[in-house]
Amino acid sequence: MSTPTPSHVFQANLTPARRRESLIFGLFGGATYLVLLCGALVFGTIIFKGAGTVFQAKAPFINTSFLLDAPESLHVFQFEGKKMELGDRAFRLFQAEHPEVAKLKQESYIYSAGGIFPCIVGTLLLVVGSMTIALTLGVSAAIYLNEYARDGMFIRFIRLAILNLAGVPSIVFGLFGFGMFVIFFGWNVSLIAGWFTLAFMVLPVVITASEESLKAVPKGFREGSLALGATKWQTIRKNVLPYALPGILTSSILGIARVAGETAPIMFTAAYVVRDKLPWQVDKFSDFFFQGVMALPYHIYVVSSKIPQNEYTERVQYGTAFVFLVLVAMIATTSIILRNHLRNRYKW
Amino acid sequence: MVTTAPILMDTRPVAPASTFRPTTTTPAAAGPGAQAAPAETLIDIDHVDFFYGATQALHDVSLRIENRKVTAFIGPSGCGKSTLLRCLNRMNDLIDGTRIAKGSIRIRGVDIHQHDVDVIELRKQVGMVFQKSNPFPKSIYENITYGLRLQGVNNKARLDEVVEKSLRGAALWDEVKDRLDASGLGLSGGQQQRLCIARAIAVEPEVILMDEPCSALDPVATAKVEELIQELRTRFTIVIVTHNMQQAARCSDKTAFFYMGKLIEYADTRDIFTKPANAQTEAYVSGRFG
Repeated sequence: MSTPTPSHVFQANLTPARRRESLIFGLFGGATYLVLLCGALVFGTIIFKGAGTVFQAKAPFINTSFLLDAPESLHVFQFEGKKMELGDRAFRLFQAEHPEVAKLKQESYIYSAGGIFPCIVGTLLLVVGSMTIALTLGVSAAIYLNEYARDGMFIRFIRLAILNLAGVPSIVFGLFGFGMFVIFFGWNVSLIAGWFTLAFMVLPVVITASEESLKAVPKGFREGSLALGATKWQTIRKNVLPYALPGILTSSILGIARVAGETAPIMFTAAYVVRDKLPWQVDKFSDFFFQGVMALPYHIYVVSSKIPQNEYTERVQYGTAFVFLVLVAMIATTSIILRNHLRNRYKW
Repeated sequence: MVTTAPILMDTRPVAPASTFRPTTTTPAAAGPGAQAAPAETLIDIDHVDFFYGATQALHDVSLRIENRKVTAFIGPSGCGKSTLLRCLNRMNDLIDGTRIAKGSIRIRGVDIHQHDVDVIELRKQVGMVFQKSNPFPKSIYENITYGLRLQGVNNKARLDEVVEKSLRGAALWDEVKDRLDASGLGLSGGQQQRLCIARAIAVEPEVILMDEPCSALDPVATAKVEELIQELRTRFTIVIVTHNMQQAARCSDKTAFFYMGKLIEYADTRDIFTKPANAQTEAYVSGRFG
């Protein structure tokens, strides 16, 4: 075949610039798909391995024991030729019926049976409490910075401080919380110490995002309100904050994921390796705030690195991670629905 | 003459806004032609120098705005007309670094930039309609009642009454009476601006400031707003800033021409447009510059 002669003036031909272009696009596209692949692998592994723990083949198809029971030790032994895997409670009942079991060779694996109910409850409590504190403080600060404060050296310094705070590693927040709340305030390892530590950790994100949301509310709404004889606070409360709320909620979704997921800030301040009592099983109401809790991320840490590994612990690890992902997704979905609801109500 | 009620002072609890309305006024039927009673000065702007930071925006501006008249501020962009307008209800307070360096603005004899003036009271008396219509993203009903609710009025019957009255006053009632619960943002541009006017008159101010209210509207909507201004002139003192000279000619009684932060000429609208005393005014109104 002879070299193709251009059939018309716009005939496409492969110039070096064009070749370079396809190469560059290929690289950019490749990078994007690589990220996607990584994400898919992470989620895929956890779902694939975790689903086996959380779901089961027979009705009700969900392993309710895993979701609703406390962690137990797993006892594995041979009994009359059969391999038995029993949780602590079941094992005790079994032993009462068959006293000879005590003489059998059996292995026990810590935390590998039962469920993770206390961890789910603990994480939910930590999220709700710390987000309440973070939103209250963060939105207040954002209102002050955006609506009241006059721009000056001091305000610029505060903003810089907030940005820096956002870059502080979470373990440092954990140590701060330990020194400040657990030791100095004497709150011990408790829900309230964890709340404040986590709240301080997400505060920069909440403040920055809330400020952006407040800024996005058109100036005309403020002026219109002030021109009708509203005070500044009336204007903010009735005619600025409601419209900024969807944006603030969006930021808090990110905050929720972080608060729920961070292990370092709670490992010294709020998390117990194991606790038999559930958080509402307290003698008096004030004790509620001063009790430590189990938490999902910390439980994952414990079962993955603090106890001997074997095939049984793996089920708990992936099961917990799976539940954890679903939980965060559920909280985030709730926030997104709430946000969209608000957004539709106040559209401009 | 001047009513006895000293308005604008921070003398809470204050009487309801309506008491500030001169009760003895004769029905002001004064059209652009009628020269009835001697004009009563409502706002007295006295040798005002105004600064944005170090930049002087107004130079020694003095003029008297008459009660129940439409006063138009005209002039090219950046001439200070909007700045002066925003001085009248102290909206410039919202901008950092603004100040009146010299002179005073008095409404019924009260210097509104004095420290003892309650700016909230002032703004109830001196309402404002903005260049870009800014209905709140609430229902039409809630837009109108916003100002009254701020004042603590929550009586449903009273609010209903005010909504109807204000919307009728803004010539919008027939268009929206069946959808008062719909968002104010669903209205057309012209309707939105009239909604903003309705919202302003709902709190019964004495003065309505209009900052280029028609600049974003098409000619039909503009005509409606101008018609509305003609109706409102009997009940309110209106100060309107406009780029549109025909608009000033059509709907104002008095016109002030500003240029480079100075008041060049202030006279009856007819005179400004037919026999301006100043050469610059003449050049501007005849369209030779600006």
